[in-house]
Amino acid sequence: MRDDTITGIVLDEHCTFTLEQLCRVCAVSADTILELVDQGVIEPSETDTRQWRFQAASLYRARTSLHLMRDLGVNPAGAALAMELLDEIEALRRQLRRMAG
Amino acid sequence: MKYKDYYKILGVAREASQDEVKRAYRKLARKYHPDVSKEPDAEARFKELGEAYEVLKDPEKRAAYNQLGANWKSGQDFRPPPDWNAGFEFQGGGFNEGEAAAFSDFFESLFGREFRQGQGGRPASRDHHARVLIELEDSFNGATRQITLHAPATDGRGSVERSLNLRIPKGIKPGQRIRLAGQGGNGDGVPAGDLYLEVEFRPHPYYRVDGADIYIDLPVAPWEAALGANVKVPTPGGKVDLKLPPNSEGGKKLRLKGRGIPARQPGDLYVVLRIRLPRADDETSREFYRRMEREMAFNPRSDLGV
Repeated sequence: MRDDTITGIVLDEHCTFTLEQLCRVCAVSADTILELVDQGVIEPSETDTRQWRFQAASLYRARTSLHLMRDLGVNPAGAALAMELLDEIEALRRQLRRMAG
Repeated sequence: MKYKDYYKILGVAREASQDEVKRAYRKLARKYHPDVSKEPDAEARFKELGEAYEVLKDPEKRAAYNQLGANWKSGQDFRPPPDWNAGFEFQGGGFNEGEAAAFSDFFESLFGREFRQGQGGRPASRDHHARVLIELEDSFNGATRQITLHAPATDGRGSVERSLNLRIPKGIKPGQRIRLAGQGGNGDGVPAGDLYLEVEFRPHPYYRVDGADIYIDLPVAPWEAALGANVKVPTPGGKVDLKLPPNSEGGKKLRLKGRGIPARQPGDLYVVLRIRLPRADDETSREFYRRMEREMAFNPRSDLGV
């Protein structure tokens, strides 16, 4: 039990990750991340691999894709398709939330 | 400990073929995958499925499990018979992901816990991930909340509960993540990992949140909508007065700028008008409606050409 109050850092749009950090948080190799970049699941900000910066949102797109690949046996292209459909569902849900009455 | 009926969990008969087991698992795994499913108990169901499949997909484990007999009921108190698994030899099962699901005590008592994780694979990630539910008001004002996390125990057996007091930053939006440095898992002689918390808002009885914007349905009387009125609107920051313009249609959205979630660029609060009809339950109100019908030339369906 800890009872000291902890303050974290909000991962907002100003917060970015290097390739190395992304690998660490997702617990995968750089090759696996490269596959997700190839499939367009996540997009680095620069073209040069060493300079790559990923938005905080990429971290969660990468993690979700990796979970789908691990748990459902889909390949990176399948995960990319699932991500697109999930994005679309989320957009529709948001629209529903705005309209719900 | 409770007996688990792995056949029931996967919804297959005890005689099901390995292919049937696989198909049932795949189908349910897609349905309850926590990253995809919106079923409320998806995470628990998915874990349970993984455990059931881990046993039934492996003919050795399945045979050993079958040996317990078919008379056990799900949830029944269970103690494995001595020597129940004599003659079976289990191979490790591919749980080398940092977040491998912790299996139940029931599973561990039968198959041991060497299956759980890190079998010759890479070490488990020390960065942990969890989801927290907060109230809209917490984001609006900032707050300190005690949260309870279930973290894998350091000896790799089961999980431990851990509470911490988290400062919820003012202006946090649903879906945003907070990184708590050094609050993840501890490894041997390596620095502790980080804890990533995904923030979700508990559904509110009348506010809906979309990014930094807040929506509220505001019931109004027909005469308020028709004649215009000053009405009170609740906002997370307190009641405000809203001026309804005359001839406001139902569904009309009025924006209260900057009254959404506070931030450097605060969100807006959208008031969606819902016109409530007074009930025609007594003669006076019925007569009122009849008079409107007689005296107001109004065809709500004129746009439909009827």
